[in-house]
Amino acid sequence: MISRIFDFLSRRIDGPLMAALALTIALGIVVVYSASGGSSLERAVGQGRNLAVALLALWIFAHIHPQLLMRLALPVYVVGLGLLIGVALFGEIRNGARRWLSLGFTTVQPSEVMKIAVPLVLAWYFHRREEGLRMRDFALAAVLLVLPVALIVRQPDLGTALLVFASGFFVIFLAGLSWRVLGAMVFAGAASLPFLWSVLHPYQRQRILTLLNPMEDPLGSGYHIIQSTIAIGSGGILGKGWLNGTQAQLDFVPERSTDFILAVFGEEFGLVGNLLLIALYVLIIARGFMIAASASTVFSRLAAGAITLTFFTYAFVNMGMVSGILPVVGVPLPLISYGGTALLSMLVAFGILMSISTHKQLVSS
Amino acid sequence: MIVGQALRDRDRELTVFRSRLMLAGLLIIIAFALLLARFTWLQVVQRDYYHTLAEANRISVVPVVPNRGLILDRNGAVLAANYSAYTLEITPSKVANVDRAIDELGTLIEVSARDRRRFRKLQEESKNFESLPIRTRLTEEEVARFAVNRFRFPGFEIKARPFRSYPQGEVASHAIGYIGRINDADVKRIETQGLNANYKGTDHIGKLGIEGSYEKELHGVTGSEQVEIDAGGRAIRSLARSEPLSGNNLVITLDLKLQKVAEEAFQDYRGALVAIDPRTGEILALVSKPGFDPNLFVDGIDPQNWDALNNSPDKPLNNRALRGQYPPGSTIKPFMALAALDLKKRSPEFSISDPGYFTLPNVAHRYRDWKKDGHGMVNMHKSIVISCDTYYYGLATELGIDAIHRHLVKFNFGSRTGVDIDGELTGNAPSTEWKQERFKQRWFTGDTVSVGIGQGYLLATPLQLAVATATLANDGVPVHPHLLRSVQDSRTQEMRPVEASALEAAVVKPEHLALIRSAMVDVARPGGTAARVGANAGYAMAAKTGTAQVIAMKQGEKYDEKRVKEANRDHALFIAFAPADDPKLAMAVLVENGGHGGSTAGPIAREVFDYYLLGKVPAKRPKLGEDEPEEHD
Repeated sequence: MISRIFDFLSRRIDGPLMAALALTIALGIVVVYSASGGSSLERAVGQGRNLAVALLALWIFAHIHPQLLMRLALPVYVVGLGLLIGVALFGEIRNGARRWLSLGFTTVQPSEVMKIAVPLVLAWYFHRREEGLRMRDFALAAVLLVLPVALIVRQPDLGTALLVFASGFFVIFLAGLSWRVLGAMVFAGAASLPFLWSVLHPYQRQRILTLLNPMEDPLGSGYHIIQSTIAIGSGGILGKGWLNGTQAQLDFVPERSTDFILAVFGEEFGLVGNLLLIALYVLIIARGFMIAASASTVFSRLAAGAITLTFFTYAFVNMGMVSGILPVVGVPLPLISYGGTALLSMLVAFGILMSISTHKQLVSS
Repeated sequence: MIVGQALRDRDRELTVFRSRLMLAGLLIIIAFALLLARFTWLQVVQRDYYHTLAEANRISVVPVVPNRGLILDRNGAVLAANYSAYTLEITPSKVANVDRAIDELGTLIEVSARDRRRFRKLQEESKNFESLPIRTRLTEEEVARFAVNRFRFPGFEIKARPFRSYPQGEVASHAIGYIGRINDADVKRIETQGLNANYKGTDHIGKLGIEGSYEKELHGVTGSEQVEIDAGGRAIRSLARSEPLSGNNLVITLDLKLQKVAEEAFQDYRGALVAIDPRTGEILALVSKPGFDPNLFVDGIDPQNWDALNNSPDKPLNNRALRGQYPPGSTIKPFMALAALDLKKRSPEFSISDPGYFTLPNVAHRYRDWKKDGHGMVNMHKSIVISCDTYYYGLATELGIDAIHRHLVKFNFGSRTGVDIDGELTGNAPSTEWKQERFKQRWFTGDTVSVGIGQGYLLATPLQLAVATATLANDGVPVHPHLLRSVQDSRTQEMRPVEASALEAAVVKPEHLALIRSAMVDVARPGGTAARVGANAGYAMAAKTGTAQVIAMKQGEKYDEKRVKEANRDHALFIAFAPADDPKLAMAVLVENGGHGGSTAGPIAREVFDYYLLGKVPAKRPKLGEDEPEEHD
């Protein structure tokens, strides 16, 4: 009986991936407990509730056949794009940015949907154009990518825009865009830096300047970075111990349970902890690559590869920003940071990855 | 063919995909390696540096301000004390709109217009990150009412602070001085003295009087507490504490009761009085009228009170006893006589015939005696008793200004007495050299004539007059006036008396002094200018009256004081010591615009002597200067 229930629950679950995810998420809850002051279970329990919802979503998406996902990709993308346009026209302004759209009963942030919809629709597109990809195909793909990214940049939400762009770009990259074009893009990108600088919002420019010299404004824009590097550095090799980080517990690290949770983790668990976390991330990414490499359709391959690379991007951008080698953008540490939305979209993505992993036999046979 | 093509495409696509995946994998490894390198740099190589920063973040060394030492009179009456009270303070930099926030506060607890004015003045004088009091001395109820609404007032804070209070109010205010908030000039002084560390957390400092001069004794040693703080600066727990050392209590030489008697004796007059024990130099009373309430300065004085004090024509903030420089008038005559005796320019028996005026050879100008028809035959004794001007006109011209200067300097005229509170002025004992330097002009004999009766360029402070009088009382041995009597060490509770100054040689011959003292005793006896002052005293008093001209009279003009405006009336002076044969108290009294020394300044001295020597307090005080005595000076 029990084994049948287990079988029912785990039929579409990729064992190794699930194990690595579970370890990382468990570690995350432990850190969230410490980062929320270490005396109240409120946030840890809250994160548990978020986790329950996200796990259910993962389980559901793991059961959706890749073929169905592929068919859903375009409609979801179109709806998402529509919502983004809606945001641009009627969106709510919070904290100076127009990111939310009120649907009457709830508010949504359509850019979150696009984080998954964009790689899926591009994978779908390349799947359809399987035979003989031409430059024109790549150009059309670029349009599919640039439209939502441009809308998100305008909100303005540069961080999300970059992540959405990255997720789509990974699909194009994996689909085999020629090196010449890639090279040209890099060159064009570099050439347009001055222009990009001029269209950046002042606060965005400030973040980049801050990265270069955080001491210039130690109590203002440099404060986050200074305090988080102090936290990490003072952790040393073995860390100060769980709940014992002074930078974290005495509130010196800002946003310590969300975007800057790595500072808490690095302070309390030291270099050893950071190594462990990177190892877990590497395990998850490696498993994702294995799933992508052995996927049976172009859509599955591209989707699995892009999802894995996007996951990596989150991890790298967050760790880079908290340790002071990348500018501050609002990206949470995947699977660790407190917050329901990020965990949900992340586990939905892993659900898709598991669906690809567990459905390939059926397709190939 | 088409299928083959498709298959080949598929294979190619798969190969491209896998090679790109491999490439991505490689980039990921490099990226993570980069992160690990960064972590190693931060957590291994730079660990100590960041550890230090983290400790500096969390550990704050908070100064613990010591209690300020008390100031007590010689009998233990409290002159300056401390109490703890709640203040409501604002850190302007943390408040968006200070005025509006104060308006809102006003709906909760009372904020008077005076509080606002004082706060605005403080704000102008301070950095905007300093915490400044808007209300002091909050009641428990006000504290509770604010605490409930605290959240509405970011940047506002209730603090329990030690306050200074001066329970005697205006009494002895010029001697005690006051404390006030540390200003830029104070900060500079503290820095040059290298006392920055000891003044961390202290925001008041002694400004004047004993409070100012004995700041070092009173302040104490600041302690410190290591506190763990959070990012908001809130103290979480104490890690270590070194206790502060309270300031030393100071016992000063003033006798509060005597001081009160002396101040009250002035009634509504302006002036100064200094009473010294000639045997020790201890100042028993130091009066400068009008006084001020030093309590006004403690929390920062509000502009209205400040203007009232500062712009008052009565100049209550001016310490007349130390800083008022007046012509000593006839009170200088005993010292002139001593100079003449010493230089053998006059024998005691030598007499002049006084026609009522004095003329210099070949000069028409008449230097007039205060008595129009003169005093007849006048020897040295009589010249003091009836205060003959003509006698001293001649005496001074014969001595010459430089000889006068040399002798007056022995009695501390022309230089600071060295009293132990700041601000003392020197007065002036003129000489040819001085005039050359000051006015680039030579000294005229005519200048010497008026110096002979304590006018002209001669100026003295009431303190200098008191010290010179005390020297006469102390058998000619110089007296060093001081206000500090003993210091109570806050660590050992031990009393350290102020060291007595080394015994010095007398500056006059005893036989000369005896002559002058006997003449001064007769001043206060029937026939003397202060006969009424000494009448029925029950003890012998040695005295000299004096009048200092405020405006010069024109030649031949009859001086009618009723018609001269109050402000131009002469200053009344009186110096005295008693009992004459064993002096216990020496005194100088100056009454601004008081008329004649015998009529206003004398009665004040009499009241003080009566209280000090006999314990007598006047039951009913006749109005000073009212019934004009016959003796004139």
